[in-house]
Amino acid sequence: MRPIIFVLLALASGSVSAQELSIALSTPITSLDPHFHNLSPNNGMSKHFFDPLVKQDEQQHLRPGLAESWRAVDDTTWEFKLRKGVKWHDGSDFSAEDVIATFKRVPNVPNSPSSLAIYTRPIKEAVATDKYTLRLRTERPYPLLPNDLSGVQILPKKVAETARTEDFNSGKAMIGTGPYKFVEYVSGDRVVMTVNDKYWGPRPAFAKVRYRMISNSAARVAALLAGDVRMIEGVPTSDIERLSKDARVTLASAVSNRIIYLHMDSGRERNSPFVTDLAGKPLEANPFRDPRVRKAISKMIDRDAIVSRIMEGQAKPAGQLLPETMSGTSKRLKPEKYDPDGAKKLLAEAGYPNGFGVTLHTPNNRYINDERVAQAVAQFLTRGGIVTKVDAMPSAVFFSRGSKLEFSLLLAGWGAETGENSSPLRSLLATFDATAGMGTSNRGRFSDAGVDALLSSALTTIDDTKRGLMLAAAVEKAVGELQGLVPLHYEVSTWAMRKGITYRARTDQYTFAFEVSPAK
Amino acid sequence: MPAFILRRLAQTLLVLFITSALVFGGLYLVGNPIEILVNPAADEAEKARAAVALGLDRPVLEQYWIFLKGATTGDLGTSFVFGRPALEVILERMPATLELAFLAMIMSVGIGVPLGLYAGLHPHRVSSKAIMAGSILGFSLPTFWVGLLLIMLFAVQLGWLPSTGRGPTEDVFGLSISIFSLEGLRYAFLPSLNLALFKLSLIIRLTRAQVREQALLDYIRFARAKGLPRSRVIGVHLLKNIMIPLVTVIGLELGSVIAFAIVTESIFAWPGMGKLVIDSMFQLDRPVVVAYLLVVVLMFILINLTVDILYAALDPRVRLDGTRA
Amino acid sequence: MIREFLRSRIATAALAALVLIVLVAVFAPWIAPQNPYDLAQLDLLDARLAPGGKYLLGTDGQGRDMLSAIFYGLRVSLLVGVASGLIALALGGLLGVFAAYAGGRAEQLLMRVVDIQLGFPAILVALILIAVLGKGVDKIIVALVCVQWAYYARTARSAAVVERNKEYVDAARSLGFSHLRIVLRHLLPNAMPPLIVVGTVQVAHAIALEATLSFLGLGLPTTEPSLGLLIANGYEYLLSGRYWISVYPGLALLATILSINLVGDQLRDQFNPRLAR
Repeated sequence: MRPIIFVLLALASGSVSAQELSIALSTPITSLDPHFHNLSPNNGMSKHFFDPLVKQDEQQHLRPGLAESWRAVDDTTWEFKLRKGVKWHDGSDFSAEDVIATFKRVPNVPNSPSSLAIYTRPIKEAVATDKYTLRLRTERPYPLLPNDLSGVQILPKKVAETARTEDFNSGKAMIGTGPYKFVEYVSGDRVVMTVNDKYWGPRPAFAKVRYRMISNSAARVAALLAGDVRMIEGVPTSDIERLSKDARVTLASAVSNRIIYLHMDSGRERNSPFVTDLAGKPLEANPFRDPRVRKAISKMIDRDAIVSRIMEGQAKPAGQLLPETMSGTSKRLKPEKYDPDGAKKLLAEAGYPNGFGVTLHTPNNRYINDERVAQAVAQFLTRGGIVTKVDAMPSAVFFSRGSKLEFSLLLAGWGAETGENSSPLRSLLATFDATAGMGTSNRGRFSDAGVDALLSSALTTIDDTKRGLMLAAAVEKAVGELQGLVPLHYEVSTWAMRKGITYRARTDQYTFAFEVSPAK
Repeated sequence: MPAFILRRLAQTLLVLFITSALVFGGLYLVGNPIEILVNPAADEAEKARAAVALGLDRPVLEQYWIFLKGATTGDLGTSFVFGRPALEVILERMPATLELAFLAMIMSVGIGVPLGLYAGLHPHRVSSKAIMAGSILGFSLPTFWVGLLLIMLFAVQLGWLPSTGRGPTEDVFGLSISIFSLEGLRYAFLPSLNLALFKLSLIIRLTRAQVREQALLDYIRFARAKGLPRSRVIGVHLLKNIMIPLVTVIGLELGSVIAFAIVTESIFAWPGMGKLVIDSMFQLDRPVVVAYLLVVVLMFILINLTVDILYAALDPRVRLDGTRA
Repeated sequence: MIREFLRSRIATAALAALVLIVLVAVFAPWIAPQNPYDLAQLDLLDARLAPGGKYLLGTDGQGRDMLSAIFYGLRVSLLVGVASGLIALALGGLLGVFAAYAGGRAEQLLMRVVDIQLGFPAILVALILIAVLGKGVDKIIVALVCVQWAYYARTARSAAVVERNKEYVDAARSLGFSHLRIVLRHLLPNAMPPLIVVGTVQVAHAIALEATLSFLGLGLPTTEPSLGLLIANGYEYLLSGRYWISVYPGLALLATILSINLVGDQLRDQFNPRLAR
């Protein structure tokens, strides 16, 4: 039955846009309210119905959204010129009032487990100088305001002032400016949408889209092969080879902004919890305090082997925190070469000629092949003299314990939502300062005054080029020189689709139905 | 009888209370929901706000007390992840799981009892031995593995059935049911089969064991000697006596079917309670896990109550309160 | 008794297979070509090789020799399945029979505890135990016992409830036998047949449950895999054509459980006084 349908559809290529595009997502959304939960799947879905002021293209470069242009009037004032003639799904006109009402709503969504307030908090004052011009004043210079605002979807004033989260889930409040209009949402199962004929941007190729949530990766691939869906995200690495040889399937992939790395306990003076001597007795000295030990670890790992064997080519070896094409990165740092002899020399210099013992902790359900990467790392470390055990646990346990600093050596990942280097630098390598929001995921408690200084001045430098240079210098010091963490690789995101359609693969790992088009 | 039921209901409340305490305490030990739910780029101020919003800033005993107070009015807390009442989220997904469980039970009893009967009455035939060997296969292989194999065979290779998901639903007495339509049954078939395999094997084996025991007893010989037709001997006398342990097992297994549905639902992307609760467990969405357990434990108690009553009805030697017959 | 056992060819073949499996499991460290638990011995560049040549049954995603992994895996699976099954049977069986005999409040109390236990998904129990105790073979056994004892208790109690009203119990009591003696020597043996049926199924169930928990990341540590964990790890390869990573451990698991049950079937039939042979 199915093959016949496909033949008919292929013949009817003229009416491609009348078909329904079915896509399987890997993680279910929890709500359609764009401000309720700052969670990747929710954010990705909301961008189908709503638009932010500033969009990010597939390389995460900033592009005009509901704002046609923006500039920094002075160090603490931004001016956004809004797009004219944009209509909401119910026909009314978009204007600056809607943006102001939206910003008011963002920090006040009830019961929000993770709100978008972090993006609007820097805004001290929002004023509409005319119907299509918005002035935002910040407390201190905040160069990343446009980047942050690309994560805030804009609502109509009426909706922003009165809607509750349930209203979005039922569809009542789903009035946006986005390329698609709401049709149906069944929690945990599917989201159905239809094209917005009055959209201000390029018209999507498919008139009707049905998103399905299939969390189990093997089942997701099976659904694609069986023809139940036309496109899937999150293709498991083990199936890439087979799918690339399958004539019915096309693949699209892009290096993502997510780095997988190792953090080491650089905070404790001594008695790191899981460090032992070779006999297994707890070691008083903390080898991870010494940058030579940290660098040795980096040299001991054969990143190419991990990429080819564990990740099956779906990763790029990393020498810093973000791929070089993204802003604020260093042009000089390259992935550490596999150098076991050099590693041994460094270890000996640091006073550990025979190595020591440690446990590597890792989540097992959070990153692509996380547990297996950890095992591979442990294999390399053990060969290099650092006898390593692996302890893998669900992320619910891992992050709770990690934040309590219970680990000596851990594997984790970071995806830079802003698409530039200050995001990982400040969260992973800045000295931990809870109130200032620095080093929030710095579970190794790495700390260096020089890096902090570079980072703080970068964060208040409005000029993009200058800021980029400062960030590059910061990462060169923190990673290249002091090895505050050991970068392993950047994940590559892969999408698989039935032949006949293509997708512009994205570094931010989002799946957007409006970027799917028929293949030429 | 009424006193018995009343006592059971009183015990039920105690059981529900203990269950909620165990889950609360248990999940508290697993980890901190804030660490999982809050975007890692968030600062302390955001984490503090989230903690207050979800009620997690208070000491755990106080949170439990608040929960108990709410429970008396039927409010089992608000889901951290969905922002909706936890009970509502669970009940919304319950029909989907019950559909699967129901179909699975029908499959396993409907196929299992006749096969077990056959194997028990003719224990030395080759076909009987084949049935027994097949029954071992049914519970030797892990459910998730068989599930994927079923998908690979019926959906990917043969294309006869959909690989995942639930079919179109219709509104039946306010519940959305999918299995009353042929299309809905097509979606439900593989996951139900997957779920049923384990119970099917168990029922085949148990039925056969019981039949072999009972078939040799005097009362059967007596009935045959009286000249009763074979079908009546088997259908009435034999069946009634093997029903007793069978009913116990079926009762037990109905509950475990719901528990095992967790894995099957994950693999088949079936939007039921099982899939919900496993996601909630890993996200530390405590209100949903608590609500799920209370609903499930209550269901178990009701099932066991029914089983006990049926037991007493079927076997005159059994008195519900433990006195001698 | 042995002669009678040997008369059934199937059971004898199963017993032989089981003995072989147990021997392989016990002597695994000596007969396996590689120690798959020793990270230093694994070479990542050998990962995912097809069967043949140096690695008889191929290698898995980490470069582990499948043959060795299966040998060691048998060890762990048998240990986990049988140990947890036996402990749960002893614990649950005794509790169930005692409860039926004691009747009244004690019986109700136990049955309510059983209700609570049955309602608790194994996955939740495992998640909590992992968070508190960490991973390990002993912890998994604890988790599996926690999950299984209620089945045995409930079954034992049902069987004993029928027995406790029979005349021989009255007779024993009037003869002055102690309660303990009545329970252990009279009620328990008569409750055994259904317990054995449940038991042999439960050993398989325990191993499958451990595989499911491992599949979800809540089971054994991946560096010391059981058969279940190997199957779970190989799961994602089923669609990619590298069948050996999942199929061979699956066959080993199948063979093990089949043998256990065939032997168990024969033993149960032999010990059942109500079956004429």
